[in-house]
Amino acid sequence: MSIRYGLLALLESGPRYGSQLRAEFESRTGATWPLNIGQVYTTLGRLERDGLIVPDGDRDAKQQLYAITDTGREELRDWYRRPVDRTQPSRDELSIKLAMAVGAHGVDIEGIIQQQRRHTLKAMQDYTRLKARALASGTETQDEIAWLLVLEQLIFQAEAEARWLDHCEARLVRLAAGRRPEQGPRPQPETKDEGRAAVAPGPARGGRNR
Amino acid sequence: MTDDNPRTRREQEPEPGPEPRPGPEPTGGGPGNVPVLQLKDLSRVHGSGIAAVHALRGVNLSVWAGELVAVMGPSGSGKSTLLTLAGGLDTASGGQVLVEGRDLAALSRAGLAKVRRASVGYVFQDYNLIPALTAAENISLPRELDGISARQARREALAALEEIGLTEVADRFPDEMSGGQQQRVAIARAMIGDRRLVLADEPTGALDSETGEAVLALLRRRCDEGAAGVMVTHEPRFAAWADRVVFLKDGSVIDESVSPRAESLLTGEGAR
Repeated sequence: MSIRYGLLALLESGPRYGSQLRAEFESRTGATWPLNIGQVYTTLGRLERDGLIVPDGDRDAKQQLYAITDTGREELRDWYRRPVDRTQPSRDELSIKLAMAVGAHGVDIEGIIQQQRRHTLKAMQDYTRLKARALASGTETQDEIAWLLVLEQLIFQAEAEARWLDHCEARLVRLAAGRRPEQGPRPQPETKDEGRAAVAPGPARGGRNR
Repeated sequence: MTDDNPRTRREQEPEPGPEPRPGPEPTGGGPGNVPVLQLKDLSRVHGSGIAAVHALRGVNLSVWAGELVAVMGPSGSGKSTLLTLAGGLDTASGGQVLVEGRDLAALSRAGLAKVRRASVGYVFQDYNLIPALTAAENISLPRELDGISARQARREALAALEEIGLTEVADRFPDEMSGGQQQRVAIARAMIGDRRLVLADEPTGALDSETGEAVLALLRRRCDEGAAGVMVTHEPRFAAWADRVVFLKDGSVIDESVSPRAESLLTGEGAR
């Protein structure tokens, strides 16, 4: 979806070839989300089908130029006006992994958290180096500013993950500390939803089904 | 996939090992060199007997010139204890602290004071500038204690302020400066002269995000110019400015993250 609107946004400044669109998209985003040319032409085909762009220039030329239509401009304006939907979160592998690790036999959940924390910090270190380099090389052009914003989004996102991992660890420690001795690991009755965590079972959570 | 973008192209680097190393290893230095800071089997116990609290348990850490190391960990993990021992502000219960090869425990009180003044710069969360002295005087004070003339010390302080872009605050008192200005002055003070080790305890703790970043950039630059830095922080975004992040838990180093100038996540298999 974001590629569709990304290409529309680039076409708003004037007609472009597919290869140009790919290069400009990657320049804006620092190749964080690399596009292959097949994706670009598939997306252009859909945009043309929906009346948001039209072929421009010589049909017989080696490469086809595309131009945005008035409908395409209106669609683009609407995209800018509309907030990005966060009410339907995409599946997150880390969340799923930790959710599965709670109560899993023989799984070191704190080890998983630390391993992920190290990986996430490493990612932040990499992004921060890129950011320092981007700042040093200047932030005058639109592409440079756009790239900096994308990098900072990656840093903030990774930071949120690192903080969440800290929180998960602290939560597990608190729950483990509050665990009564007789509540040690035991077979889980299928219909009960309590004492689930082998590492850190919490209090009963009646009324919730998963 | 080949990456043609010069901003994200990755230099050849070894694949990370499958398992985290339990302890740190120096990432710099050549034959014959010594780390600027070396902690060997360092321990600190508060109290004794049943009330003994093990703040640090056998920590090993080497920090080389040009390297910035961040220390992270939950409250009570021993981060600040590590820093105060490294700076000679506290005495270890066991093990050694070596600054530029000198064992702090083997020094006399005067010798320790001299090492602290000549080799170690300390940056505190609450800046710790002397309220009755101006920015320039705060920076020049350690140099005057080193024995150089007041005029020369002021010249050096003004040069340091110019370097951090704060010449306009030279004659202002701490309460006439913003928090970010005070912290940058504190870093300039920590690095004045030939100090090769800077120890920073939550240097961005009281600052907003952008000012904190400016402080980190300054610390980073000092290390790039040849100092060795150790920074305690609980902020992942600031820890990410370091070459290495060391994780402490219950007084022990449990892990570390090394970033050898790589951009691995924006290319190849990690690209989104």
